Amino acid sequence: MTYVAKPKLHHPTLAKNKVGYTRRDYEGKVSTLCAGCGHDSISAALIQAFWELDIQPHRVAKLSGIGCSSKTPDYFLGNSHGFNTVHGRMPSVLTGANLANRELIYLGVSGDGDSASIGLGQFAHVMRRGVNMTYILENNGVYGLTKGQFSATADKGSKAKKGMINADAPVDTVSLALLMGATFVARSFSGDKKQLVPLVKAAIAHEGAAFIDVISPCVAFNNHPGSTKSYDYVREHNEAVNRLDFWPSRDAITVDYSEGGVIDVPQHDGSIIKLRKLDSSYDPSDKINAVSHIARAAEKGEVLTGLLYLAPDAEDLHAHLNTYEAPFNRLGEKELCPGAGMLEKINAAMR
Amino acid sequence: MKRIEALNDFVVKFANVNGSGSASANELFAKSFLRMGIPVSPRNIFPSNIQGLPTWYEVRVTERGWLGRRGGVDLMVAMNPQTWAQDVKEIEPGGYLFYDNTKALPQGRFRDDVHAIGMPLTEICNQTYTDSRERQLFKNIVYVGALASLMDIEPGVIAELIGEQYKGKEKLLKPNLNAFQMGYNYAGEKLKGVLGLKVKRAYGVGDRIFMEGNAAAALGCVYGGATVCAWYPITPSSSLAEAFQRYCSKLRLDPATGKNKFAIVQAEDELASIGIVTGAGWNGARAFTATSGPGISLMSEFIGLAYFAEIPAVIIDVQRGGPSTGMPTRTQQSDVLACAYASHGDTKHVLLFPEDPHECFTMAADCLDLAERLQTPVFLMTDLDIGMNQRLCKPLEWDDSRQYDRGKVMTAEMLEAGKEFGRYLDVDGDGIPFRTYPGTHPTKGAYFTRGTSKNPYAVYSETGPDYQYNMQRLLKKHDFAKTLVPKPVLTPANEPARFGCIYYGSTSPSMTEALEALAARNIFVNALRIRAFPFQDEIFDFCQSHSKIFVVEQNRDAQLRTLLVNEAGINPASLISILHYDGTPITARYITREISESVSALNVRPIKRDKAA
Ligand SMILES: Cc1ncc(C[n+]2csc(CCOP(=O)(O)OP(=O)(O)O)c2C)c(N)n1
Ligand code: SF4
Ligand SMILES: [Mg+2]
Repeated sequence: MTYVAKPKLHHPTLAKNKVGYTRRDYEGKVSTLCAGCGHDSISAALIQAFWELDIQPHRVAKLSGIGCSSKTPDYFLGNSHGFNTVHGRMPSVLTGANLANRELIYLGVSGDGDSASIGLGQFAHVMRRGVNMTYILENNGVYGLTKGQFSATADKGSKAKKGMINADAPVDTVSLALLMGATFVARSFSGDKKQLVPLVKAAIAHEGAAFIDVISPCVAFNNHPGSTKSYDYVREHNEAVNRLDFWPSRDAITVDYSEGGVIDVPQHDGSIIKLRKLDSSYDPSDKINAVSHIARAAEKGEVLTGLLYLAPDAEDLHAHLNTYEAPFNRLGEKELCPGAGMLEKINAAMR
Repeated sequence: MKRIEALNDFVVKFANVNGSGSASANELFAKSFLRMGIPVSPRNIFPSNIQGLPTWYEVRVTERGWLGRRGGVDLMVAMNPQTWAQDVKEIEPGGYLFYDNTKALPQGRFRDDVHAIGMPLTEICNQTYTDSRERQLFKNIVYVGALASLMDIEPGVIAELIGEQYKGKEKLLKPNLNAFQMGYNYAGEKLKGVLGLKVKRAYGVGDRIFMEGNAAAALGCVYGGATVCAWYPITPSSSLAEAFQRYCSKLRLDPATGKNKFAIVQAEDELASIGIVTGAGWNGARAFTATSGPGISLMSEFIGLAYFAEIPAVIIDVQRGGPSTGMPTRTQQSDVLACAYASHGDTKHVLLFPEDPHECFTMAADCLDLAERLQTPVFLMTDLDIGMNQRLCKPLEWDDSRQYDRGKVMTAEMLEAGKEFGRYLDVDGDGIPFRTYPGTHPTKGAYFTRGTSKNPYAVYSETGPDYQYNMQRLLKKHDFAKTLVPKPVLTPANEPARFGCIYYGSTSPSMTEALEALAARNIFVNALRIRAFPFQDEIFDFCQSHSKIFVVEQNRDAQLRTLLVNEAGINPASLISILHYDGTPITARYITREISESVSALNVRPIKRDKAA
């Protein structure tokens, strides 16, 4: 039995956000993942981000594929609808859900096997279509749930727990997302909450296809020497490109940022993302530069983290399809059925 | 030499080169009969490429209104030198061969028992037109003109049709009329009396319409409230999604804003199409996809998920032959089992079988209601014969008082009022649980959707009893579907009948015609047209009350028969298969012959053995 009831009463001193929810209201069932699994840290960052953004939990729809990572939506936002779909095909389900009701916030959660192996096609096409979503790829370089096989993001030359050496070139999901047309592309590390939470918040506020590849060590199968996705490996090789502070514009408070190293990136919803760049030469609005930066870092064996690309004038699928403002799932025969009179005319034209 | 003489009852076949512009001229020809009150039934026989390969268009002119394929050709309009030999061979003895005699052909290329009617089409067009494209296009209209004269088609009717086709395009109207007139005059002067196939105004059409099943199904989806369509191109279903696009862009725009009350996604493959439909259905929008056999294969994993997770989805399967290209652009009913049991685990799905465009329309709208009422994938099993050919059928009907059946959806108000919500809980014995749309209520009614491993309240559970409860409930739901799906249609014989016959889908017009032909031979058969799966008790009772039942299908493996044995518990010994699967639509001649032979074989058997069977 994996369901453990949470205490019903909240501590009266728990802080509430603007919509009246405590941080605990954003939690879900107790995780059944291995203790220390990177995926759980990502869930914690998601909880923090949604709480800080003052989003009512039930306005979020969580969709995932299949894998340890894809199980996690059960472990946060317990008052949101969730859908554990089929392996590698979450993007299409999310697309359909988004078309049915454009008013909800869509969160896609996937793994590297889910997105880069079996689901590489849907991963690419959902970016091309510009579906308004936050797509989190919990990247551990292995198939956790099926016990340690290599996934397509495993680096060439990395070693599986059982000793096999991976000879295939890895899929670089951030480069692919960029090339396929994602309008927000970032990479982070599950253990770097300070970087991850603002990135998630910015991704949620982004009105278009937002993708974050989060390196997330698998303690069971990919945290041994020889793996390139272990905690130690990533900590040693991580080069953050920038730090990100995000706050919606309705919040009057500004944060402390250093002059000169800051770019304001306005979003469609009126909010502004302020980037504090550790590498002051990095401009995330330059797509070509982003691609080459990622490639150059990879060549040096470094993991580039931070906001890699952001198109401030992003458009989403609904804009492309010119869809009606009201959610489709609220339209009935009155709005949708052309009626018997029109059918008479159609009949007449076919005689 | 024998000469076929026929009035309002014959078959004309056009042999053309794909891409030569013959399609619209041939359609013009077919429609002219309708305007004279004579039913016709045309069929396209086309290859799976765009240009260059042979294509045929067969028109059955039938005052009696037999809309199935007849078989045999009385007049061949042979416009494709490549297929000449095979085309000439197909003509009935005493029939006619209309051809272009601009270049003389050796005598050996004709048949002694066929009347050749030559007309210098190329020469006429080369003299009249300078542009090579015009020469080609108008050649088609010129032969229509000549045929009109030879058959006594009223020229005014064709002029009217051309007028409608080029309304507002005056530049095209005039030359088309001229080309028609040119052919008409030439045949009137030079080819008098050479053809024994004639037409005369009749009153056999009534208020019926002439429409393709794919367009009708698409319109049914518009009327039935589908807002999301996701598809991947595949013959013969592509024209369905394209028709949905066309109808929506006229009928589904918000007048105030010009915004679309529909979303169509041409997905990257069928996995994505059905995924999009599943996501939209989960989130409360009516969604459908149109595909054919190979697409069903790809969709199978998702179909299982939607079945287990209880998500409405409508899948329109325009059936065709097997894998690859070529034969697959011919008609078949060969996905019955693939759809009935699609996917992994214990699954069974609801299928509807339309007989013509009228039912494609009605049943498409019904499928959308059924999918939401039953919270499950529902299949509309049409085929190429209905889907891609214009078919005369009853006008489409819609009752403005009809409301969409959104099924058991728990609202925020119901949750607020304290109504118990168990996503997988059978509340009233029909096996169907309540669902909530995402985002309904801040604290109540949210649940986590997964395929299996859940208890009635959608809480994760791997226990055996929880799994079994759910599986039994799904069975109960499938059983309940019998009360909702279209009932079978019985056509009783005029005399007491020992034999029964079961058929479905596009076999319908040929079956109706065959029943009459059989009765004329004193073979009386009660016929039942199945319109849906799961099978209602009426179907079981029908089988019980006949010693032998012919099951007529357009596939090799007797797929519906398998379902009847498996799912309705019918004694296999009582079911005799009549199977047609060469890629051409089944004919009344074929059914009549097969049943007659079967009946005489049964009649010579000792009576005792027959009873024991
Ligand atoms: C069609 C299909 N094939 C195979 C599987 C088995 N399977 C389940 S999870 C998984 C790999 C998951 O890897 P990843 O997406 O990286 O998730 P992780 O467990 O590492 O978080 C596989 C192969 C499946 N569920 N469905
Ligand atoms: S197997 Fe790996 S990915 Fe799965 S829960 Fe355990 S640590 Fe996490
Ligand atoms: Mg993984």
